[in-house]
Amino acid sequence: MPQSLFQKVWDAHAVRTLANGQTQLLIGTHLIHEVTSPQAFGMLRDLSLKVAMPHRTFATVDHIVPTDQFAEPFADPLADAMIKELRRNCAEFGITFFDRSTGKQGIVHIVGPEQGITQPGTTIACGDSHTSTHGAFGAIAFGIGTTQIRDVLATQTMALGRLKVRRINVNGRLRPGVYAKDVILHIIRVLGVNGGTGFAYEYGGEVFDRFSMEERMTVCNMSIEGGARAGYVNPDDTTYAYLKGRPYSPKGAAWDAAVARWRSFASDPGCTYDDVVTIDAADIVPTVTWGINPGQGISINERVPDPQAVSGDERTSVEEALAYMKLPPGAPIKGTRIDVAFLGSCTNGRLSDFQEVARFLRGRKVAPGIKAIAVPGSQGVGLLCAELGIDRVFRDAGFEWREAGCSMCLAMNPDKLVGDQLCASSSNRNFKGRQGSPTGRTILMSPLMVAAAAVTGTVADAREVFAVGDR
Amino acid sequence: MALAQITSVSGRAVYVPGNDIDTDRIIPARFMKCVTFDGLGEFLFYDVRKNADGSEKPHPLNEARFKGATILLSGLNFGCGSSREHAPQAIQKYGFRAVVTEGFAEIFFGNCTTLGIPCMVAKREDIARIAEAVNSDPQLEVTLDLSAREIRFGGQVVKATIRETDRDALVNGRWDAIGELLEGRAAIDATAARLPYLAA
Repeated sequence: MPQSLFQKVWDAHAVRTLANGQTQLLIGTHLIHEVTSPQAFGMLRDLSLKVAMPHRTFATVDHIVPTDQFAEPFADPLADAMIKELRRNCAEFGITFFDRSTGKQGIVHIVGPEQGITQPGTTIACGDSHTSTHGAFGAIAFGIGTTQIRDVLATQTMALGRLKVRRINVNGRLRPGVYAKDVILHIIRVLGVNGGTGFAYEYGGEVFDRFSMEERMTVCNMSIEGGARAGYVNPDDTTYAYLKGRPYSPKGAAWDAAVARWRSFASDPGCTYDDVVTIDAADIVPTVTWGINPGQGISINERVPDPQAVSGDERTSVEEALAYMKLPPGAPIKGTRIDVAFLGSCTNGRLSDFQEVARFLRGRKVAPGIKAIAVPGSQGVGLLCAELGIDRVFRDAGFEWREAGCSMCLAMNPDKLVGDQLCASSSNRNFKGRQGSPTGRTILMSPLMVAAAAVTGTVADAREVFAVGDR
Repeated sequence: MALAQITSVSGRAVYVPGNDIDTDRIIPARFMKCVTFDGLGEFLFYDVRKNADGSEKPHPLNEARFKGATILLSGLNFGCGSSREHAPQAIQKYGFRAVVTEGFAEIFFGNCTTLGIPCMVAKREDIARIAEAVNSDPQLEVTLDLSAREIRFGGQVVKATIRETDRDALVNGRWDAIGELLEGRAAIDATAARLPYLAA
């Protein structure tokens, strides 16, 4: 019987059925970082347990690292204690740590693929909801809590119920100036922020067939913003080409065997899905959020909703969101003045994100009074940008070019909004207070739209600002 | 390690209205700069409860009449966003022992079960009835019954659901899976041996 990738990977990793009916699932790759793991190591010590498979556990530091200070100790003693604790835990339990001194540090969801650790047909868990990113390679990858991190450390398994699978086809061709970020913001807008509860999303169709691995990662990354714990794309030649030659990719004869095996995990033609949704690429436009969750998105040329035009619950949530965002009901979003432009994060902090922006940013300047920061997602991305002269383009335009980390996506480091500053952001969440100020405001958008906002000082249509269609 | 069999939770309840309450709102990221979960309770819902100067904003958890409530009521898609276990830890350390909403985000829900916090789902109109009852009498005892799959309060009964695997784990005292997972050692090794990428 034809099977989906999800079924095949699940069955290959199912250890046994637990008493409550959940599956004991083997987690082939466990990624950890400094924020959600220290308590898990504490629990491990309390129970006198060891790490079951240290060679399948990989650590990096991303959330709390300052992006403007490389030297330690960090100015923030709490952050400094966290990096030291991770170092201690990795040393004690024999775990590979991509520390800052290795040149391989970065956001965990950028480092895994970059190192070739993220591979098709595998299971990947990490104490971070954006672990869904790794699904771009045809892996089943999901975020877990700290007690589950303990479970995976101690047993390399965890208890989990099987997910349903929703196939999302995006057919046709994206128009110029429309990016992977717009695709996922559109999907979340259509299906809702909780539409994916209980599902893994399988993304496919012509748009995904043509997408690079980095574009696939951007979409899979925000699956959780649509309520889906996991999202994936079937592996294909694009996947194998990306992985070839990476540090942890199989080499020589093992490479050919691995590719054959990876290929076998792709969903079979004619397999059944629990649900199928089809979207026409031509309907997707540059999308920006106007509210306080990622489903509250509109086209750059639309107006924000008017609470009077909707009723009941929806009116309450529109009112709450507009009050927080300080946006007048029914106003155009285009032209809204911004204070900060943030380019980076596990959603859009990869080489191609900076490369695409640099193509249009050359010769332009950040508008006066706007704080614009560009934060490569990993030291590897930073290095490539330097080699290609991309960092110079950003610096010349007036962006601050920083060291790798999560930075202002969640502002656990010194990169924070101040007061009610409005940020044009390439990150993934526009929740109240997300970017470090309890009254700070976030508008999510694609990297090129962030650049357009930076150079105009307002929420703008990148297609107009950079004459995108003419290039 | 014998775990409590959680078949019911009784206590006073407080209603925090709103849909899509995310884990950043439940516990803002800046309070996660810690290497233990100790003391997180005081930062629960911090930015919607407190002003920058530490003074209190109007919020149900700031009302004296709801102090000591052990059951948290809220709206749709509760706990969405970040997978941070700091959110259920803060809820538990604040003193809550159960949560009832119109629906939960998945990672949050699983994290709660693992900590022995039952998360039950009830219909909007039923949550509104419970909220109305506790708002008019904050001392009212509310009982979540995981076996009968119902919530009882002031002589009224409403239906409530909880995913069966999690209900089973709670009522049978196996909500922390570590013991059972460790017992699977031989089966884990057998499964791992079939997966080439796990070779050391």
